[in-house]
Amino acid sequence: MGNLITLRDITKIYDLGSVKVPALNEVNLEISTGEFIAIMGASGSGKSTLMNIIGCLDNPTSGEYYLDGINVDKLNSDQLANIRNKKLGFVFQSFNLLARTSALENVELPLFYNLEINSSKRKQLAQVALEMVNLSDRLDHQPNQLSGGQQQRVAIARALVNKPILLLADEPTGNLDSKTTVEIMKVLQELNQSGRTIILVTHEHDISEYAKRVVELKDGKIIKDHAMKNRRAD
Amino acid sequence: MNYLNSVKIAYRALFKNKTRSFLTMLGIIIGVGSVITMLAIGQGSSDSIKAEISQLGTNVIIVFPTAQQRGGVRSEAGTTQDLTEDHVTEIIAGCPSVRYATPVVYSTGQIIAGGQNWRTQIIGVYSDYLKIRNLEVELGTVYTAQDESRSGKVCLLGKTVSDNLFGEDVNPVGQTIRINRIPFKVIGVLEEKGQSMMGQDQDDMIIAPFSTVQKRIRAIDHINMIFISAVSENSIDQAIEEIDQVLRTHLKLVSGQEAPYDIRSQSEIVEMFSSTSRIMILLLASIAVISLIVGGIGIMNIMLVSVTERTREIGLRMAVGARKIDILFQFLIEAILLSVLGGIIGIIIGLISSQALSKILNWPTTVTPYSIIISFIFATAVGIFFGWYPARKAAKLHPIEALRYE
Ligand SMILES: Nc1ncnc2c1ncn2[C@@H]1O[C@H](COP(=O)(O)OP(=O)(O)O)[C@@H](O)[C@H]1O
Ligand SMILES: [Mg+2]
Repeated sequence: MGNLITLRDITKIYDLGSVKVPALNEVNLEISTGEFIAIMGASGSGKSTLMNIIGCLDNPTSGEYYLDGINVDKLNSDQLANIRNKKLGFVFQSFNLLARTSALENVELPLFYNLEINSSKRKQLAQVALEMVNLSDRLDHQPNQLSGGQQQRVAIARALVNKPILLLADEPTGNLDSKTTVEIMKVLQELNQSGRTIILVTHEHDISEYAKRVVELKDGKIIKDHAMKNRRAD
Repeated sequence: MNYLNSVKIAYRALFKNKTRSFLTMLGIIIGVGSVITMLAIGQGSSDSIKAEISQLGTNVIIVFPTAQQRGGVRSEAGTTQDLTEDHVTEIIAGCPSVRYATPVVYSTGQIIAGGQNWRTQIIGVYSDYLKIRNLEVELGTVYTAQDESRSGKVCLLGKTVSDNLFGEDVNPVGQTIRINRIPFKVIGVLEEKGQSMMGQDQDDMIIAPFSTVQKRIRAIDHINMIFISAVSENSIDQAIEEIDQVLRTHLKLVSGQEAPYDIRSQSEIVEMFSSTSRIMILLLASIAVISLIVGGIGIMNIMLVSVTERTREIGLRMAVGARKIDILFQFLIEAILLSVLGGIIGIIIGLISSQALSKILNWPTTVTPYSIIISFIFATAVGIFFGWYPARKAAKLHPIEALRYE
């Protein structure tokens, strides 16, 4: 199969002891390399849950998940950590940068957990990643010396530094104003144009318009899956 | 993740919180510092006691009265009046392995000479005492058997007493001093011995004939102890046996009856003191160890706070590829780094304070390398022990829950 991602009947039920909360209900999805896909839906529809499973941060309750040809739904936590480290990049709504740590060191972070990369190589890769998001002049700046948009760009650089096969962004512009939102979305679009596969979670239509394909969730089920017709030009 | 990286990450995390890290280390610093200092004091005083006792003289045996059961009442050590000069005479006559023996009576008194006043210890002994203790007379002469038998009012001054009563570089031989208002003729000055390692001035005393001190100053019939020297080092055990035999016979003790005295050789006395100082070292060290444990609890406390505070960081690290073991190591190494750094600073402080004690307060202190090694290992162990639980807690976090933590 040529798919980068194949989800088959993925179900996730949060077991809270007394109650079982169904978050995903038999989700089937295929994503190929080079796509820019927006996962849409109301709050509580299961977007983040789906994202976490695709991002190997969580195991599904049932179903099969293939990432880059690997069946990952049965892997243990160390094996999942290794996949996250080598193949995936995350961008979070709240940036999640380490405080009092320079942009460069923040971007280096994933490489600390990759034994094949020594410290000079690490630094060099981090610089390249920061160049990609146009922050070459901010290497030594700490998060509190950067604007929200710049912080998110550092976070994107961090997600790119390990050259992931997939970039996952969960509401990346949720904490940004409209001007910087455009700025960040353009960065993502550019990255997609240069070949990177991106999965974006958002509940805003405006933002989904930057993607090429939109998947809409409702109560843990995919209710719509279509190409974006009126895609925003950059 | 390699270990050097872990250490680097941990070091950076600690460095970002300098004040807090230092305060956390303080417990270990004080703990290790006090372990080193306490052990140095204990070791130092034990060393100096040993040195002191070895200065007693050669092949010395001491007989002193012990506490004794009398009609169910235990009297205080040294208060029994069972030892008398007669026993000494018996020992000299009946123990072939004994070379010299002298009764000893102690007194303290106010000494007056001219306009000067000095309070010191008066030791009443036969002149053989000087031979037992290897004391030399620098000026003048030793008193004679005649002085002894007539309870002659003559005395030998320690250098300190002489200096204080007559001034330095003044020969007091031939002068008269008053001990508790009784006039004594100074017939000699003892060679200077200087301060003992325990800081006691060994020249601050007067030696006078035994009978004079016993009868004229103390006015008692018993004696405080008997100083004996054996013929040779090899005959010490034999001498002790002979002395015991003579004393038991003379005191009419039935076999099995507890003797009202104790016979100790010099090496036994060293043993006795070093065993009490060993107990002291143990006591001091356990106090210090408790403070180290308190320091460890401080580390655990801060590490727990740190894990909670950095929950999102932990989640992020996991999201970018940190395994559970990487997180465990990060926090464990932080705890160990805190305790090791604290340990190193503590060792330095311990060394400084041991030096200061001996320089400023004149306390004998000896820092042994093994006390440094032990306290360093202990500090590290404290870090591992108390760092383990918080580190485990961090490693057990679920990445998503950690990332979502507010
Ligand atoms: N850790 C969790 N424990 C229990 N229920 C959860 C947990 N995470 C999410 N849920 C529930 O699963 C459903 C989907 O949540 P989520 O995937 O976060 O939705 P979205 O991101 O679309 O807002 C919601 O009903 C939510 O309450
Ligand atoms: Mg969500």
